[in-house]
Amino acid sequence: MTEIDGTIRRIVEAHGRLPSSPSQLKDDDDLYERGLSSHASVNVMLALEDAFDVEFPDSLLRRGTFRSIASIREAVESLTSPAPSTAESG
Amino acid sequence: MSTPEGFRDELLRAGLLFDGGVAGVYHRSFRYEAIVRGVQAYVTAPGAGEVGLQLSFPPVQARSTLEVSGYVSSFPNLVGLVSSFAGTEADVSALLAESEGGVDWAGRMTPTDVSLCSAACHGLYPMLAGSSFPAVGSRYEVHAWCFRHEPSVDPARMQSFRMHEFVYLGTPSGAEAHREAWIDRATGLLEGLGLAVDVVPANDPFFGRAGRLLASNQRTKELKFELVTPISSDAPGAISSGNYHEDHFGAAFDLRAEGEVAHSACFAFGLDRIALALLFRHGLDVEAWPADVLRRLRTDLDAGAHAVT
Repeated sequence: MTEIDGTIRRIVEAHGRLPSSPSQLKDDDDLYERGLSSHASVNVMLALEDAFDVEFPDSLLRRGTFRSIASIREAVESLTSPAPSTAESG
Repeated sequence: MSTPEGFRDELLRAGLLFDGGVAGVYHRSFRYEAIVRGVQAYVTAPGAGEVGLQLSFPPVQARSTLEVSGYVSSFPNLVGLVSSFAGTEADVSALLAESEGGVDWAGRMTPTDVSLCSAACHGLYPMLAGSSFPAVGSRYEVHAWCFRHEPSVDPARMQSFRMHEFVYLGTPSGAEAHREAWIDRATGLLEGLGLAVDVVPANDPFFGRAGRLLASNQRTKELKFELVTPISSDAPGAISSGNYHEDHFGAAFDLRAEGEVAHSACFAFGLDRIALALLFRHGLDVEAWPADVLRRLRTDLDAGAHAVT
């Protein structure tokens, strides 16, 4: 498990208020089907911003972003990775 | 093409509404009130026999309701809190001096434990806290003057307005069925008043960045539908809404059904907006409205006409 994965799982466990332990979750399990409520997803979002020192842009402030560990990781990585270098002109 | 501001000016000129001195606050003529009462009697009659308890709430509620319901975190910008004076005589002198000097004296006031009513059904849940509901659920009919702090020149966006709601508490399937049935029924009722009604998915105006995520959730899960029609311009606005809250209020107020947290749904008629939509659609001369519309609203319109002599 990567460090990012560990942090995400810790945050989902602390703020997601899921009935079962997130350590059992597969990457693609649907967190909403596991009991993640709308208001709990807001707390997960805010905790992720604190932990990774990022701010989710409006385009990521939607339900799909927080659907699974994998989708959260993808969003976090898109905000923490260095910006891709501009295409070479040629 | 009519603008909201233009329509407001027409309503004021016709003496149906009067400027309350603050944007979005209106004094109502008895003629306007007669329309509201006619609408209220007409749209609520079919549901009256289906509910256990019918309640009319005052325009204020316990301030704690805003906190427990989550309203103050989701809509802090819409809240109305009642303040009053809790100081000494010396403080009164200071307050008066500020007032006479044209200085804002409101900072001398202290918030009370009373707030303005945020939605008609919000008065109901704290009353029922700790209750268990039968498998078939329980139905309630509630009415209240509500407040939203959103000053506007658009008469469709009043700061103080009336909501009449049919509320269900019970199981998830019962809550969804209640909402669906009322959306269908209300669409027919409102079309019966000559209004062209569309039912559209919607979201509440949740505050801030967290609010954007809540709004996305609400819309994706189709928890809220609005019945829209032109109200004060050709752009459609909501005159009613059907809302499935899932277990939001059940969890907040310890409500249970079938051993689980109770789910709830409400259908809300916006009485002032329906009255405005009728005036926009059929014109400001109520007696010239289509005969079938007048017949459906008749009893209360007659009573209103007698009141304005």
